[in-house]
Amino acid sequence: MTFRTLMATTVALTFASQALAQDFNDPAEFKKQREQLAMTPQGPEGQPWAQHLGEGMVDTVKYKKDGQVTLCFSNAGVFNPWRVVGLNNLNAEADLHKDRLKELIVVDAEGKDDKQISDIEALVSGGKCDALIVSPNTTAALTPAVEAACDKLPVIVFDRGVNTSCPVTYIHPVGGYGFGITSGEFIAGKLKKGDNVLALRIMPGVDVLETRYSAAKNIFDEAGINVIGSEFTGSDRAKTKSVVEDYINRGVKIDAVWMDAGDTATAALEAFEDAGLPYPVISGEDQQDFLRKWQSDKLTAIGPSYPTYQWRTAVIAALDVLDGKQVPGPEWVLPQPAITQDVLADYVDERMPPLHYSLCGCQDLPGYPERWGGKK
Amino acid sequence: MTTAPQASALPRRPARIALNAGLVIFVVLYAAIAFIQPNYLEPGLFMNFLRRAAPLVILACGQLYVILTGGFDLSMGAVATLVVLAASILINGDPETTWAVIGALYVMGIAVGLVNGLVVAFLKVPSIIATLGAMLSVNGLALAWSGGAARGDLPENFRNLGRLVLRDVPFVGTLPLAVIVLLGFVAIAWWGLNGTVYGKRALVVGDNPRAAELAGTPVAATRILAFVVSAVSAVTAGILLGGFSGVSVNAGEGLELQAIAACVIGGAQLLGGRGSVWSAVFGALSLFALFTLLNLLGLPQALRDSIQGAILIAAVGATVWRGRRRA
Amino acid sequence: MTTDITRITPRAPRLPVSVLLAGLSLGFYIIIALSTGETAQLSPSGILGLFQRMVALGLVAIGQTFVILVGSIDLSVAALISAVAVLASHVMQGDPTMMLPAIVLCLGLCLMVGLINGALVAYGGINPLIATLGTGLVIQGVLAASFGMLQGAVAREFQVLAYGGLLGVPYSLVLLAALSLAAAFVLDRTLFGARIYAVGGNPDGARLAGIRTEQVILSAHVVASLFAGASGLYLAARLQSGTPWIGRDGIYDLESIAVTVIGGTILAGGKGGVAGTLAGVLLFASLDAGFNMLGIDAFLKQVLRGAIVIAAVAVHAVRTKGHVA
Repeated sequence: MTFRTLMATTVALTFASQALAQDFNDPAEFKKQREQLAMTPQGPEGQPWAQHLGEGMVDTVKYKKDGQVTLCFSNAGVFNPWRVVGLNNLNAEADLHKDRLKELIVVDAEGKDDKQISDIEALVSGGKCDALIVSPNTTAALTPAVEAACDKLPVIVFDRGVNTSCPVTYIHPVGGYGFGITSGEFIAGKLKKGDNVLALRIMPGVDVLETRYSAAKNIFDEAGINVIGSEFTGSDRAKTKSVVEDYINRGVKIDAVWMDAGDTATAALEAFEDAGLPYPVISGEDQQDFLRKWQSDKLTAIGPSYPTYQWRTAVIAALDVLDGKQVPGPEWVLPQPAITQDVLADYVDERMPPLHYSLCGCQDLPGYPERWGGKK
Repeated sequence: MTTAPQASALPRRPARIALNAGLVIFVVLYAAIAFIQPNYLEPGLFMNFLRRAAPLVILACGQLYVILTGGFDLSMGAVATLVVLAASILINGDPETTWAVIGALYVMGIAVGLVNGLVVAFLKVPSIIATLGAMLSVNGLALAWSGGAARGDLPENFRNLGRLVLRDVPFVGTLPLAVIVLLGFVAIAWWGLNGTVYGKRALVVGDNPRAAELAGTPVAATRILAFVVSAVSAVTAGILLGGFSGVSVNAGEGLELQAIAACVIGGAQLLGGRGSVWSAVFGALSLFALFTLLNLLGLPQALRDSIQGAILIAAVGATVWRGRRRA
Repeated sequence: MTTDITRITPRAPRLPVSVLLAGLSLGFYIIIALSTGETAQLSPSGILGLFQRMVALGLVAIGQTFVILVGSIDLSVAALISAVAVLASHVMQGDPTMMLPAIVLCLGLCLMVGLINGALVAYGGINPLIATLGTGLVIQGVLAASFGMLQGAVAREFQVLAYGGLLGVPYSLVLLAALSLAAAFVLDRTLFGARIYAVGGNPDGARLAGIRTEQVILSAHVVASLFAGASGLYLAARLQSGTPWIGRDGIYDLESIAVTVIGGTILAGGKGGVAGTLAGVLLFASLDAGFNMLGIDAFLKQVLRGAIVIAAVAVHAVRTKGHVA
């Protein structure tokens, strides 16, 4: 048994070392997203969820449908707070259109590809839907089901994409490289050459997360900043805090902490508090608990985002398509703002729960703040 | 070779061996940690190690009660998650309510344990299925209650239970509050099995419930109490976890299998009949030392799972092998 | 000698339980469809869609039934499903000529895993929960560590397995039906099947009757792993390319155990069968489809599913004499 394990370990180690570098480091995409971050968005001022980057528009006259319509939404699941906030956005946006919308049918795939395929098939064959919104659990797996659905009705995809151009439009913010560029450049700007940064990540092998890390890593390498470790925390606060404590105990100075998602940022900071050390430079995300701590403890920090307001956009797009209006496409690229020191105060809202994503664009939606778990 | 004294010594022997197995593995692993990073030998870092291991050790002690009676409790991770989320919602940042809420959390936990126990004892649903169902339901309840993301806030005095470290303590230097909770819980768990009639009952029930019943042991009550103890341990662990690092929706994820693995590594026998509190304690410490060691070695995350799996098999295999050699 | 044993093996006809359970599940589905006005879900394509939800879990669960019948259990199936799906996509790389080699290689891997599991349990005397939990962790770890190297997609032609059909009936359903019948035949009509019941029902008696119980347990584990492999291949065809977490996300380990026990197979072994297991799978599929139609909140759904699992097992377990653990 030990021999077999050793063998397996060796084999896997050989694979692993080469594996993760190649797939998620696409210089062309990196460059494209860097340019998109600098673009001025088009569309209504102050409503980033209705804005878009770039020029492309698609015609949707053939999908025009009068009278009340039914929207169907196949959701990958609500297995993390980001998706919980997003689903609330989507439902609230639908409430804005009660006159046009007969019904919004939401089915939840619980993170299972196989179930989501069956869900989409059932929605399509059920014949109730006038348009279908899909938030795919994984890109490749959902492609055949989405292709089959495209034959029957207009499909709008958001968050993760699919490997087919058949949907009317694919809504997404700038992307993972953009996230990594924003946070990486901020940290690189605050540190000197030779300083140490600790990278904390959720899990390996997930496209939207790997690209964040690869972008930041490129920037750190270029700036001569040491990445002293890249650790996976599984979004678990206890694990995050333990990992950071372990690094502190090694006696290496940690000048900055880079995170690919901010939901455990405050746990990472607590490790420094408990050790009696000053806070490092840190990149988190747009969660309330992080923003509050940033404000109260005067951190040097940045909150890049993967905005949850894209869940609103999905409903807007679906209704525009059924109205026969032109929509940005075949990709609807949303702006991807970051929270910086200058605008921090605008986003802190004491009423909201700790893991509320501040760039929800939901402040003007019906039911705010209670619908998102906030206090009146 | 006289048979009589050996036979009378038999029931005591497995417990001593279990102690040795878990302790030996733990000492070896901790030595390896100290070899890689010598400052883990300082009392401060050892205390910190204990603080972080405390939830798992406590869970393992609770799980051991169920394992002794021949069952499993897969619901403890979900109960820990429920505790963390519920504490945050109910206390909502108000330190005055902390102790009342902690009381309420124990009531909730005991209720889950009672349901598990009653379903197993009277509806005759095998514990692995009963507690799997409870795991799904409790997790679902916790998420439905909180809306799927953390809500509310935990005040300082709640957080201190898992976070505060007392400084300038004689002999040890620093002493985390969580370690005091840990010692208290282990002492009570030990007393329950060794200082009361319950320990013997649990062992006979796990070994052969039919025979135990014929001998007049209250089998159902013994089983139910085991699930209650397990749930109480899950509540305690949940409080420490919430204290250590704050609220999250996945605070207890996967802890049930770790707790079972810990007991087994420490030498407890699944389906009952053998094991002591020390198997749980040192099994859990060994498992946690293993996690720490793998972290320190800086191996890729995925391989840590593989190594954990291999060690699990090897630890049980070694116990079986020694058992056979003795026989 | 052994045939005598087979005749006295207690094998109560489990059909009633399975028929009852299947009837209840379908009844639940039909009532929900009617009451929510989703009548399209009662059309042939709707019903086929319901059955399609059974395939992946159904295949694993049939294998799980074999191991549970011999009194063992297999927690490694979820990791194995992921491994097979990833391996199949990697070997094929979209090339139809590689279909056969990929299938052979995947089933070879399953054979190996089954043999290891079986050897650890039957010959190593290691508790099956721990042994298969351990092998599952090992597979999962190696898989996740090497995934970046192992990407790829199955051949379009291979996807016919999941998306093609014969006279409107998907091949995947034909596959599930054929394998179920084969499994039922093996259990009910062959010597191997009789030995499985004998070993699970009374291992000491079986041993005294001259059955090599270790071999039977080992074979059951191989069967379980091969069925997990079939499920992995089906998922690869359906999802186009495997990811190292489809098995874990599908919770195929615990769900396959749950449906088997719901279907009347007892965990101690020796009693139960494939028909009940399939009825259990149908219950899960009907719940999935029914909850969708009702639009039940994702978290509440979990609560209900937990309660239903307990209730479904309690219905027939409550009559058990003696104690269960």
